Amino acid sequence: MTNGVNVQALLDAREVLKGAPEAAQFTWRASSKWQHGVHSTTKIEKFFGLGQEQTHKHESVFEADHPAIFAAEDNGITPIEYLLVGLASCLTAGIASVAQNRGIKLNSVEASVEGGHDIRGILGADADVRNGFNDIKVTFSIDADASPADIEALVAQSQKRSAVFDALTNPTNVTVEVA
Amino acid sequence: MHVTTVVIGAGHAGLAASHFLRAASIDHVVLERGEVANSWRHERWDSLRLLTPNWLNRLPGASYEGPDPDGYADMAEVVDFLERSAKDVPVRTGVAVTSVRRSDGGYSLTTSQGPIEARTVIIASGACNVASVPGLAAAVPSSVEQVTPFDYRTPSRLPDGGVLVVGASATGVQLAAEIQRSGRPVVLSAGEHVRMPRVYEGRDVLWWMHHSGIWSQRYDEVDDLTRARRLPSPQLAGASTLDLNVLTSLGVELVGRLSAIRDGAALFSGGLRNVAALADLKMNRLLDTFDEWAGTAPGERFQPTRVPDSSRWRLDLTSGEIRSIVWATGFRPDYSWLDVPVVDAKGSLVHDGGVVGDGLYALGLPVLRRRRSTFICGIEDDAREVVDQLRLDLAG
Ligand SMILES: Cc1cc2nc3c(=O)[nH]c(=O)nc-3n(C[C@H](O)[C@H](O)[C@H](O)COP(=O)(O)OP(=O)(O)OC[C@H]3O[C@@H](n4cnc5c(N)ncnc54)[C@H](O)[C@@H]3O)c2cc1C
Repeated sequence: MTNGVNVQALLDAREVLKGAPEAAQFTWRASSKWQHGVHSTTKIEKFFGLGQEQTHKHESVFEADHPAIFAAEDNGITPIEYLLVGLASCLTAGIASVAQNRGIKLNSVEASVEGGHDIRGILGADADVRNGFNDIKVTFSIDADASPADIEALVAQSQKRSAVFDALTNPTNVTVEVA
Repeated sequence: MHVTTVVIGAGHAGLAASHFLRAASIDHVVLERGEVANSWRHERWDSLRLLTPNWLNRLPGASYEGPDPDGYADMAEVVDFLERSAKDVPVRTGVAVTSVRRSDGGYSLTTSQGPIEARTVIIASGACNVASVPGLAAAVPSSVEQVTPFDYRTPSRLPDGGVLVVGASATGVQLAAEIQRSGRPVVLSAGEHVRMPRVYEGRDVLWWMHHSGIWSQRYDEVDDLTRARRLPSPQLAGASTLDLNVLTSLGVELVGRLSAIRDGAALFSGGLRNVAALADLKMNRLLDTFDEWAGTAPGERFQPTRVPDSSRWRLDLTSGEIRSIVWATGFRPDYSWLDVPVVDAKGSLVHDGGVVGDGLYALGLPVLRRRRSTFICGIEDDAREVVDQLRLDLAG
């Protein structure tokens, strides 16, 4: 049975890192460049982890812009939509890993993610409205060789161990400086 | 003074240790800084009743003999019960151990009543000596009063007005209920928790835990021992179910896990729905296990936890809405007097089933030898086995 997740490697890493907290310190990096209007390009290639510099197999490039209804050129998705990409992919990865670990064969996993956003906040139209999402709703459709309760448990466990779920549901210290 | 074994602490764990030491004719003394059952006398709130039914609270040499085996004891009854089991125990009360160090023949103890030399020491000083309060408590505005379960006695001692109770394990749900009933509106911050019905298929849920063998599962059979040892106490209290749905019905407002205090506001996780879902799933799995053990068809399944559509994730602590915070965030042991390097970076004693090594032993810690180790009903088997090992070590 395999979902293609190397769970043994993850379990081994957990054991090793228990006794080596320094090696567990990762830094993820992105670098962005303004293009024109509200269009920017962000590239990701290198990160730090396991005590040394690491490189992805390929550089990834992300275009962000605003849609035409915001009088922009729509060269890419809006920045806040990238959060949905992160959440959906993180929870999905979690489901695959937990399923593998529990011996559950997945046939298909699909998610639709909706973020409710009152844009009066970012427009400064109402000081009582926040800038970010009000609510995010993720709906999974999962076909797997498992009972409905086991599938619910996969989804719950994937939230419990999700980096992006945590980053979105809990506050994080953010420092923004001018170099 | 020289003695073969010193037992530190005269709670039920120390008393049980003494019972088996005497049976093995090992000369010993039990040192207690306060009185017998000191924690139950002085470190609990007024209304507390045990969450374990009377029939289940067995100690070596004492079992429940009163008229209400299915009842839940108040603190006076618990103290009586422990005192009964202490009848033949050589306890020296009012003796605080201030240092334990390695010596040639075993251990040198410094106490408030002078030094003692011992070949072996059993640490039975309790797993709940201090309240674990998260560091973020330091950022709470000074206008808000903060209490731990050690300071808390009864709702009327809290300021009038709103109360934020942090933590939804046994302590948190019990205090949230009685504070809400006192007319102080409660906001309850819930992280991961263990939900249980009081009664399943006509029997106390702890009857099922006990008889199905779940509670006697051994520490070396548990999948993830670290996790099992950190498991929060179940949402149980006296005679009726006290889960989050009951609290919601009482008018308690649920919010997510407290994750930061920033600019005078408490910020809660937006993950409340998932911790509730996890608790519901685990409860249902537990009930499935009971059914399998009993070989019966699935019994009653309880309503899923109701979570507000959009729970508050920010609570201004300067607005006057919240006048006090109760930290029901757990307890931890105090080993500040233990001058032997056997405590890990997280403050836990390093031991294998209560055997620390070199003549040092422990009792009364979470899943010490079995899932029920910290409960009164869990001590008899643990104490017998640990004292057996101590006897063998002395002989060897
Ligand atoms: C709020 C609460 C409710 C609980 N409810 C239940 C329940 O319903 N049912 C159940 O079975 N269990 C319950 N427990 C769990 C457990 O039964 C208690 O924690 C119990 O007190 C543990 O007994 P013990 O002997 O291990 O430790 P304790 O009862 O804490 O005894 C340790 C003793 O050691 C003494 N001591 C500590 N340090 C020193 C020192 N340096 N020198 C000398 N003496 C020292 C203390 O004064 C104390 O008397 C509850 C625990 C808590 C905190």
